[in-house]
Amino acid sequence: MTEYNFAYLDEATKRMIRRALLKAVAIPGYQVPFSSREMPMPYGWGTGGVQVTAACLVPEDSLKVIDQGADDTTNAVSIRSFFEKVAGVATTESTADASVIQTRHRIPEAPLVAGQILVFQVPIPEPLRFLEPRETETRTMHALEDYGLMQVRLYEDIARHGEIARAYAYPVKVEGRYVMDPSPIPKFDNPKLNMSPALQLFGAGRECRIYALPPFTRVESLDFEDYPFTPSKAAGHDCAICGAQDSYLDEVITDDSGGRMFVCSDTDYCATRAAQMEANA
Amino acid sequence: MYVAVKGGARAIANAHAWLDEARRGDRDVPELGTDQIREQLSLAVDRVMAEGSLYDPELAALALKQARGDTIEAVFLIRAFRTTLPRFGGSLPVATADMQIKRRISATYKDAPGGQVLGPTFDYTHRLLDFGLAEGRDVPPAPMAETGLESAPHILSHLGGEGLMQAEPDGAGAVPDLTRDPLEFPAERALRLQALARGDEGFLLSLAYSTQRGYGRNHAFVGELRIGAVRVSAHLPELGFDIEFAEIVLTECESVNQFQGSKTAPAQFTRGYGLVFGQSERKAISMALVDRALRAQELGEDMSGAPAQDAEFVLSHCDNIQSSGFLEHIKLPHYVDFQAELELVRKLRRAAGADALPEAAE
Repeated sequence: MTEYNFAYLDEATKRMIRRALLKAVAIPGYQVPFSSREMPMPYGWGTGGVQVTAACLVPEDSLKVIDQGADDTTNAVSIRSFFEKVAGVATTESTADASVIQTRHRIPEAPLVAGQILVFQVPIPEPLRFLEPRETETRTMHALEDYGLMQVRLYEDIARHGEIARAYAYPVKVEGRYVMDPSPIPKFDNPKLNMSPALQLFGAGRECRIYALPPFTRVESLDFEDYPFTPSKAAGHDCAICGAQDSYLDEVITDDSGGRMFVCSDTDYCATRAAQMEANA
Repeated sequence: MYVAVKGGARAIANAHAWLDEARRGDRDVPELGTDQIREQLSLAVDRVMAEGSLYDPELAALALKQARGDTIEAVFLIRAFRTTLPRFGGSLPVATADMQIKRRISATYKDAPGGQVLGPTFDYTHRLLDFGLAEGRDVPPAPMAETGLESAPHILSHLGGEGLMQAEPDGAGAVPDLTRDPLEFPAERALRLQALARGDEGFLLSLAYSTQRGYGRNHAFVGELRIGAVRVSAHLPELGFDIEFAEIVLTECESVNQFQGSKTAPAQFTRGYGLVFGQSERKAISMALVDRALRAQELGEDMSGAPAQDAEFVLSHCDNIQSSGFLEHIKLPHYVDFQAELELVRKLRRAAGADALPEAAE
C-alpha cells in the first residue's frame, strides 16, 4: 500500500455515502441504512462519523475534531491526525474557523453559522432501541409514528423520580415527525440542535445508519406540558478558568479529600475567553 | 491554577513506541519470522483468514505478528486492509465435491465412496504436553500412502437419491454481500451463511453448544466433514470462458438433522451447512449447527425463543470486530455523559432528601 485516495475512502464509497446523506437531509431525522465500510479504527470509536466526514471533506476544508468538547482528548487527536494524513486538509481548534467539525458527545458552545457542517459520532442511532431491541420492530414503529412506548417510558420516569431521568442522549422529535437520538450529547446541548444554521450530520458506522438535520430544522426535546424539558448542567458553578456561566462544565477531582473544580468541557471556548480576558486586563 | 491535561498527541506516539518495543520482546530471543508463523501456527493463521474473510496466509501471518498473537486484533488488521481492496467480480461457486481431500470423515456411515480419511487431526491424540517439542526434537516425516484417485462425492448426496434428504435450491443469481450492503432483516440463508462464515468462532461454538443442550434443540449428526484444497475460478465475459486463478483450503461440514415433517411435507432429513477458510473443524461444525437452528422458522418448527434460532440476535452479534470495537469503546472518555449523570443522581438524591442521611445509612 503506498497511497490512499483523498480522505481514505474510494470515490465509489464516497458517492454511496453522499447518496445516503442526501436522502437523510431530505427526510430529517430518518435513519438511512448505508453500507458502512470497515475502517482502520475500531467500531464504536467513531467509524460512522469518520465516514461521513470523509464523504464531506474537500481539499479547501478546515477540520476540527472534538471529543467530550475537547480538541486534545486522545480519540480526537487520533481522528484529527488520521485526516491530516489521508486528506492533508488544514485542521484547526477554533470553532469559528472550522468548516467541518467532527464531534463526539458535545456541540460546541460558540454558535455555529451557515456553511458549517457538524458531524456527530453515533453509537446507537435508534432512540427506541432500549425499549425494543429488535430492528424489525423499531423500523415499523417509526414508519407508523408509533411513539407511545417512548412517552410511557418518560411518564414512568416522572412517576418514579419526579422528573425525566435522562441526562444525555435525550430523545428529540424532528419537524414534528421522527423521534431521533441526538447521540450521547448532554441534554444541556439539545437546544443547540434546534434551528441551527449549520448542517448537522449523524453517522453510526457499526449500525450502518446515517441521519441528518438540515439547517433551520425544528428539533424539540420530548417532554410533557406540565413537565417541560429543562437543559441542565453542574449547578451553582462557573468555569474555574474562564469564569463562563453559560457553558457546560466538567467536574475535575483535584485532591483526595473531596476537592473538586469545574471547568469548561469546550476547550476552545474556554481558551478563547481566557485569552480575551487577558487581552482586556 | 489547574491546567487541563494536554499532550494527547505525544502520549499516543509514546504509547505506540512502547507497543512496538513490547511486541519485539526480549531482543536476545531471535525475532519470529512471518514464514514461521505461517508454517508453524497455521491454525491461528487460518482463523485470522476465516474471520478476516480474506484468503491470504502471508498477510494473516503478518497480522498475527503485528497483533502480538491477539487473534481478534489480527482479524481487525486484515478486515481494515480488505476493505481497501478493489473488487473485480465474484468467483464461480467452488466445487467442494472435487476437493483434494486432506481429511474427510462421516459420523453417519461407516464407509462410503472415497473412504474415511483422518488426515492431520488432534482427534485421538492424548493431550499430554510433549516436552520434547520444547527442546526442539526431530519431527520425522509422516508415512505416505499412494494417492487414491477415487472421487469422493458428498456423502449426503447418497441420501438425496431416495428423497430422504431435503434438496437445496440451486443458488443461481446474485449472492448478497453484507460487506457492500447494510444487513437488513429478514436475512435470507445465503446472507446468514456469509455472516456466520465471518463470525466469531467462540460465539458460534457457544451458540451451537446451546442448541445441543436444549435451547432450540435439533439433534445433529455430522454427515460429513471434509478439509482440502479446491480450485477457484471466475467467468470472464471478455474472454468468454472460465479461468482458474487460485487454490484455497476449505473446511466444509454438512450436518444431518431430522425433520419430523409437517402437514404438507413428509418426514425428511435436513441439512445444516458450514464452510470456512482454512482448517477449522470446530468453526465449520458450529456454523452448520447454527445454520440449521436458524432454519427453524422456514421449516415450521417450534420457535422456542432460543437465541440460536433468532436470526436478528445471532447476526447482529456474531461479528467480533463489531462487538469488540463497541465493547472496548467504553474505555474512551465519557466524562461529559458521566457528568450529566452525576448531576442527575445528585438532583434525584436531593429530591429524595438523601443528603440529610448519614453516609453509613446509605
